[in-house]
Amino acid sequence: MSRRPRYYGLMAEFDNPTAIVAATRRAYAEGYRQMDTYTPFPVEGLAEELRFHHTRVPLIVLIGGLIGCFGGFFLQLWLAGPYWPLNIGGRPLNSWPAFIPVTFELTVLCAAIAALIGMLALNGLPKPYHPVFNVPRFALASQDRFFLCIEASDPRFDRARTRDFLESLSPREVSDVES
Amino acid sequence: MIEARELYIAPAAASRVERRALIVGVIGLILVAVGAIFRPAQFLQSYLFAYQFALGLALGSMAILMLQYLTSGDWGVVIRRTLEAAMRTLPWLAIGFLPIIAGVRELYVWARPAEAAAEGLEFREGYLNVPFFIARAIIYFAVWLAIAWRLDRWSREQDRGAALGWLKRLRRLSGPGLVIYGVTVTFAAFDWLMSLNPEWFSTIFGFLIIAGQALSATSLMILVAALLSRREPMAGVFQPRHFHDFGKVMLTFVILWAYMSFSQLLIIWAGDLPQEIPFYLPRMQSSWRWIGVALIALHFGLPFALLLSRNLKRRARSLAALAGLVLVMRVIDLFWLVAPEFRRQGLSVDWFDPVTVIGVCGVWLALFIRELKSRPMLPLRDPHLIDALSAGEQYSVNRRE
Repeated sequence: MSRRPRYYGLMAEFDNPTAIVAATRRAYAEGYRQMDTYTPFPVEGLAEELRFHHTRVPLIVLIGGLIGCFGGFFLQLWLAGPYWPLNIGGRPLNSWPAFIPVTFELTVLCAAIAALIGMLALNGLPKPYHPVFNVPRFALASQDRFFLCIEASDPRFDRARTRDFLESLSPREVSDVES
Repeated sequence: MIEARELYIAPAAASRVERRALIVGVIGLILVAVGAIFRPAQFLQSYLFAYQFALGLALGSMAILMLQYLTSGDWGVVIRRTLEAAMRTLPWLAIGFLPIIAGVRELYVWARPAEAAAEGLEFREGYLNVPFFIARAIIYFAVWLAIAWRLDRWSREQDRGAALGWLKRLRRLSGPGLVIYGVTVTFAAFDWLMSLNPEWFSTIFGFLIIAGQALSATSLMILVAALLSRREPMAGVFQPRHFHDFGKVMLTFVILWAYMSFSQLLIIWAGDLPQEIPFYLPRMQSSWRWIGVALIALHFGLPFALLLSRNLKRRARSLAALAGLVLVMRVIDLFWLVAPEFRRQGLSVDWFDPVTVIGVCGVWLALFIRELKSRPMLPLRDPHLIDALSAGEQYSVNRRE
């Protein structure tokens, strides 16, 4: 039995940033939500038209930072106190001012690692395969073309009608994206 | 814009606040002045830190004024008149220094020759002696007043619109001006606060005071901006993005203050030398330590954590509440720098302390509002004013509101 080819969505190609911002605004007004844009450089205003939302990365960074902060401080406190008591110039075993620099560095380190890993995880990276690359002209997204892709998972997606809609935005080309 | 000049005068409510502040301040000062007849030493201790707080508001405002000329952000244009008004109180503060000169022998151990000799301080006499102390104070005030006069004068010329290029002059003054500010405030902090304990020294102390002054002035300007933004003519001027910038400036100085404070402690803790630790001994081993804990929690911890929030920074009301807390903590920080030198046995608060603070701050506030009212609330001929007032989020790509 041969499976029907599944569609990832429809992709429209534009040749300037103004056009893609306008097209994205129209698509959003039309009710499309499951869509994304691909551009060779960050286009101002595009994220707003896509209603790009808050992510959970800040929370992950905060948790990573707190782990580093408390982990770093109590590691030193435990080492210098219960585990291997060392008298350093008569200072108390809980020589907390001396612990702060390491605590601070570990806070920054763990927060930075959490930011990197959290960003990769939430983005689903690394991702060796993505359907948009099935469109041959998509390579131009890293040169001088701007792509708007409406995904088939969108409830309003309909192959014929969505194609008509995209054509009405006067793109250079509309292509099917197979998955 | 120029026709609208008449519209940008201070709201009528400012005069009411000015009058009340003056009444409260004068009553406070009369009370402590009467008290000073009986207990001059106690009055001078309280006056010293209250005065340092008011001086910090004026000098910090001057520093931030120069900073905003150098960096030229939109936030600096909308708040410039507040900073200038605070800076123009400097001549009054120069007069306010007279009680400290009068009481120098009461305040400072090194100024009492017999005691200084007993404590082995003779070799510091070359620097720490009364005539030189007074001469240095005169130099500091002369330098500050000269910078303030120039900054104010050129800004006024710009208002008149007689010629262009004032901004360039102001900018050219601000670079060297900030360096001179840093040097003079460092020495002034050594003279007026650090020498309370003449054996003790900390090279970071000057920057600790500078960070504190900048934080005081930032908190003041946030409070003033939040109050002004509630009524005409400034109601439409301050936007969330301006408060966002104010909040970022405040966060910077909160961190800077904490960094300076902690660096001083860490270096002295690591060295553990007899001539360095006397500053911390009463402050860490007696009940004064609770003030230290409060400073860590409320002067650094809470403001730092809250100022990370983007929403809090963009809301005038919540940012102003935090600025109010920080101003209170600034007073307590200066109290903590001064009072333990005289009350080494433990934490104690005399009625002179709060009443002197209220008196000095009340009178200062009245002088400040008087200056604020004397000019339009916006630099109406500043070339960057249009940008500063425009509604767009020019620099923020992810607008999320």
